[in-house]
Amino acid sequence: MAPHELRRPFKRPAISDQQRRRDLALIRQTQQRSDSQNRARRLASSLFDLPSHSFPDACQADFPDNVDVGYAIALEQSPELEASSPTVRHLDFVQASKLKGSAARHWFARQLMLTEWMIDVPPNLDRDWYVFARPAGKRCFVVSSNGSTVSRLRNGSVLHHFPSSLPNGARTKEISAPSHVYCILDCIFHEPDQTYYVIDMVCWRGYSLYDCSAEFRFFWLNSKLSETGACNPPSTYHRYRFSVVPIYDCNRIGLHKAYTGGFAFVKDGLLFYNRHAHYQTGNTPLALVWKDELCSQYVLDTDSEGHVPAEQQVVLELQDDGKLTTSDDPPILFGCLEKEIIQKAGNFLRFSVIDECVRIVDGKLELGDLKFVGKANRARAFADSYSKVFFQYTARHSPLQFQDLIASLDPNLDENSESNDMEMID
Amino acid sequence: MAVEITQVLLNAQSVDASARKYAEESLNQFQDQNLPSFFLALSGELANNDKPVDSRKLAGLILKNTLDAKEQHRKNDLIQRWLSLDMFVKAQVKGCLLQTLSSPVSDARSTASQVIAKVAGIELPHKQWPELISTLLSNIQQQQSHVKQATLETLGYLCEEVSPDFVDQDQVNKILTAVVQGMNASEVNNDVRLSATRALYNALGFAQANFSNDMERDYLMRVVCEATLTPELKIRQAAFECLVAISSSYYDKLGSYMQDIFIITAKAVKEDEEPVALQAIEFWSSICDEEIDILDEYGSDFSADSDTPCFYFIRQALPALVPMLLDTLLKQEEDQDLDEGAWNIAMAGGTCLGLVARTVGDDIVPLVMPFIEENISKPDWRQREAATYAFGSILEGPSPEKLTPTINVALNFMLTALINDPNNHVKDTTAWTVGRIFEFMHGPTVEIPVRTILSVLLQCMKDVPNVAEKACGALYFLARGCEVVGSASPLSPLFADIIQALLSVTHREDAGESRLRTAAYETLNEVVRCATDETTPIVMQLVPVIMVELHRTLEAQKLTSDEREKQNELQGLLCGCLQVIIQKLGSAEPTKYTFLQYTDQMMDLFLRVFACRNATVHEEAMLAIGALAYAAGHNFLKYMQGFYPYLEMGLQNFEEYQVCAITVGVVGDLCRALDDKILPFCDGIMTHLLKDLSSNQLHRSVKPPIFSCFGDIALAIGENFEKYLIYAMPMLQSAAELSTLVAEADDEMIEYTNQLRNGILEAHSGILQGFKNSPKTQLLMPYASNILQFLDSLYNEKDMDDIVMKAAVGVLGDLADTLGANAGPLISQSVSSKDFLEECLASDEHLIKESAQWAKFAVSRAISG
Repeated sequence: MAPHELRRPFKRPAISDQQRRRDLALIRQTQQRSDSQNRARRLASSLFDLPSHSFPDACQADFPDNVDVGYAIALEQSPELEASSPTVRHLDFVQASKLKGSAARHWFARQLMLTEWMIDVPPNLDRDWYVFARPAGKRCFVVSSNGSTVSRLRNGSVLHHFPSSLPNGARTKEISAPSHVYCILDCIFHEPDQTYYVIDMVCWRGYSLYDCSAEFRFFWLNSKLSETGACNPPSTYHRYRFSVVPIYDCNRIGLHKAYTGGFAFVKDGLLFYNRHAHYQTGNTPLALVWKDELCSQYVLDTDSEGHVPAEQQVVLELQDDGKLTTSDDPPILFGCLEKEIIQKAGNFLRFSVIDECVRIVDGKLELGDLKFVGKANRARAFADSYSKVFFQYTARHSPLQFQDLIASLDPNLDENSESNDMEMID
Repeated sequence: MAVEITQVLLNAQSVDASARKYAEESLNQFQDQNLPSFFLALSGELANNDKPVDSRKLAGLILKNTLDAKEQHRKNDLIQRWLSLDMFVKAQVKGCLLQTLSSPVSDARSTASQVIAKVAGIELPHKQWPELISTLLSNIQQQQSHVKQATLETLGYLCEEVSPDFVDQDQVNKILTAVVQGMNASEVNNDVRLSATRALYNALGFAQANFSNDMERDYLMRVVCEATLTPELKIRQAAFECLVAISSSYYDKLGSYMQDIFIITAKAVKEDEEPVALQAIEFWSSICDEEIDILDEYGSDFSADSDTPCFYFIRQALPALVPMLLDTLLKQEEDQDLDEGAWNIAMAGGTCLGLVARTVGDDIVPLVMPFIEENISKPDWRQREAATYAFGSILEGPSPEKLTPTINVALNFMLTALINDPNNHVKDTTAWTVGRIFEFMHGPTVEIPVRTILSVLLQCMKDVPNVAEKACGALYFLARGCEVVGSASPLSPLFADIIQALLSVTHREDAGESRLRTAAYETLNEVVRCATDETTPIVMQLVPVIMVELHRTLEAQKLTSDEREKQNELQGLLCGCLQVIIQKLGSAEPTKYTFLQYTDQMMDLFLRVFACRNATVHEEAMLAIGALAYAAGHNFLKYMQGFYPYLEMGLQNFEEYQVCAITVGVVGDLCRALDDKILPFCDGIMTHLLKDLSSNQLHRSVKPPIFSCFGDIALAIGENFEKYLIYAMPMLQSAAELSTLVAEADDEMIEYTNQLRNGILEAHSGILQGFKNSPKTQLLMPYASNILQFLDSLYNEKDMDDIVMKAAVGVLGDLADTLGANAGPLISQSVSSKDFLEECLASDEHLIKESAQWAKFAVSRAISG
């Protein structure tokens, strides 16, 4: 039993750097494991994971298919950003939010998921689809970050710049979220009650929901939005009210509720979302819009005075080689322009459809000869889509009717539908 | 054999190596061939007073080693071996041992007492040898002092070996009575008193009940305090050791003795010889430890249910304690900074002062400042050094507001001293103090421009090794304080100079002294960590430099074992440095691609490093490869063939379990880097992981990460995990059962249990998610009810931490997500899908709530079909 050692550490830091290296490695591994898990659970924020700084020499990084080249174009047009071009696979939202003017419009104009018009009823409507009433108003992206909220229209231009109760949506004393947190909502701004109706959730608190099914996005939307106070009436730090739209399983009951039900908003047709589909920028056949006179004031396109023209009109994009195309990807060719007209043309041109020339071959619409009307409205960022042209055509001749939708439902699926509705509506 | 055992034992200590070797071999043979005779022969040798002392001592030592081992698994084997030995053999061995206590040869007695304690350590928990303690106690009644002394020593060792749970209170009382009697001033034999005092030190753990009784405690304390005043130095020292032990075991019982103890300790610190004075200071350091722990745990407000209240002994003693400690600071030894093992009264006093500062905070500052002001500019280096050391010691504890005004003045003064003071010792302490300033006060509180500070430190790094090492340390903390994400770092303008200066230090001829080279590389690591976008290009240039250094160490040939050891150390440092660089450059997209050009060369070097078979180096290289693999992603595949043998080697390294643990982590990195391309290696990896899990040699801390690693593998290879299910699932199942059966565990056990649970849950998450959308999902159905039962039992136990809670609710979601409607009925029967899920949904913890919401979604979908 010798005397006991009592020497204490002297003039030394308590933690060795070796231990620190071990600890940091463990933290890194834990973080990466949790990232992998989240990816597996489709909760990843991978879309926005690039650092905020980057080097010019790595510019040539490849863009994956799902990223719109519009961003690259936007950057070329924006001299102040050229020095820090994107270097990575995914677009950085944080960077995009620094874009100004036309560059910003260009980028945001390509971020919405655009519905196709319903030309025929998709199979398994009742099993795989949701239906909800579309509020009448302007479709827009609402982004909250850095203590403010911005809404941008489909063409990318700013609608409102305002404080909101969304996470990081206002500069308030009590911090609602860490500064890097942001949200992106897909909304319709409804003028009469000055409310943003949220029809989809794209990012929430920095979590990307792009890779999540509609089923999950709607679930998340319904459980998350009200938590923030965004659905409260307007106040100093919350200028516009947000609201969710009741979403139904697309069975007989759900369809009737959406079609005939009364809502706080003016209805403009019905939206159909495939429950398995991810949020996809641009046109998608997995989100559809359908209208008739009963549920919408705007079934047939109007001209700038609000009158329905006698002949169906279409807006097409003029390509360099004189081809006239739709906004689809890949674009659908609807005609060709002669050289002399190209001279005076802008990008988007308006034409009248000549009914006698239209043919439907193997279920495909061919417009034949078109009558040139003039340049399209300057605010236009897109040509019409093929499905829109087709829908407008059938609406004038043999519209797809509500009865057709009901008739497509499987009568056996109705019984156990009620409970699911409640789940989603919250 | 019995006849010649004496000679064999003597030969085993021979200077002749071959004789020694032969003797050792024949002893081993003897043990293997006839264990009972082996025990009998050795104990007989030890007990025989006619035998030479050297053979008796070795006989006892070998006996001791056949009863105990450091490694737990070997220890268990030895215990079982002894227990299963023939009753009569054991009785005879024990008889010899007890008999030896009366031997006139003190070495034989002392050896026997240790062996008796080892046997007691095995037998008492099994309710064997019940007469031992009474036999020993009756020994003490004997008149012969040497028997008394040996018996008291035996009681001391016994208390060290045996847990108090296996000795009943009646016997404890008798032991304590015997020990205290031996300590008493009426005992004239100093050997007896010393053995008794040392025995008390070990017996204190048994005295819980006695310390709760006022009269018994008073008596015990009086005897201890009296023993601190005996003329015999060793007894005084042993008595102070008892006081130190009492201060931590019975802190809450000390109130009424503190005044007396202060007087005793102050006298010892002032007048007594160093070994005693050091123990006296240690008493106060130990009280500080107690109060710091209590204050850490409860903050300043104590509720009625706090285990131990803080009695603020240090605060009360402060006015007298601080001057006492300050006095010790002036008793430095020349060149103490050059001696790694030095420990003297000045060092102990300063260390205690630092603890006092952490205990009382601001209150210490006014008591120390006059001392500093008076001494800091004195011609005698001892005074300048003491003043600086005092200042450095009190930097942790007091609030920045309290210290800031002084800091800026002091820092200015010290930067000058670092360059101009003629004394090495003063400069050493000054550089250390500057480092402490940055450690605790960094940031806006320091008014002096970083540039000025840096230029002084860089110059100081050229000073003698011990000073340069402290300067590196100061730079380490300065850099750490500058780690501000995003904004410009004040180090940036001089970044290249700093790197250059540190590299020069590593090349100094004398960098092996005072840990200088290590300090330089560790500082380099910290500087690399806090590089900003502006300075990462400089870090990029460092890559080939460090690789060349590492290459050079691998080329060195024909090294002596001493040189080889140094070479290994350097390789460890270089691999550590590369690891930090990989982490830095590989984690940011812009630098990653340029950096990854070096992967080929780097892997080549790492593989050669593995050939060196040194644990630390192995560990560092392994960590570096993990980081590299993650950065390289699928491209890492081409290195797998070459790397795999070393990965296997790491997974089999039971002895150096840190290496094993780190290798397991690296398997996870590889899974995430390679995804399903890791498949060809999985048979081997899984085999080793399963072996690791079933081994009782492997340190338990490695097991939770192995389970997590199952999850990593499953997530990477998806349904291909199928063939491992029959092995992995039962392991997970039995570990799960074990982890829910932890009754009355201490904090450490609860923490381990939660780590184990987290590992199990991560394994399940990975496996379930890995099988998602696979046609083979139904293979998991048979396990669903066990997994849910595990979740339910976790919920019922109520002792899981937040991390486990998040993982558990995540598994619930994964199960529902992957198995869907098939598991719907099972899920809806489980408590987890209701009460537990609700509890998680209501959690304040963001991550738990998030997982819970996801789980709710998956569960509702699975249940509704």
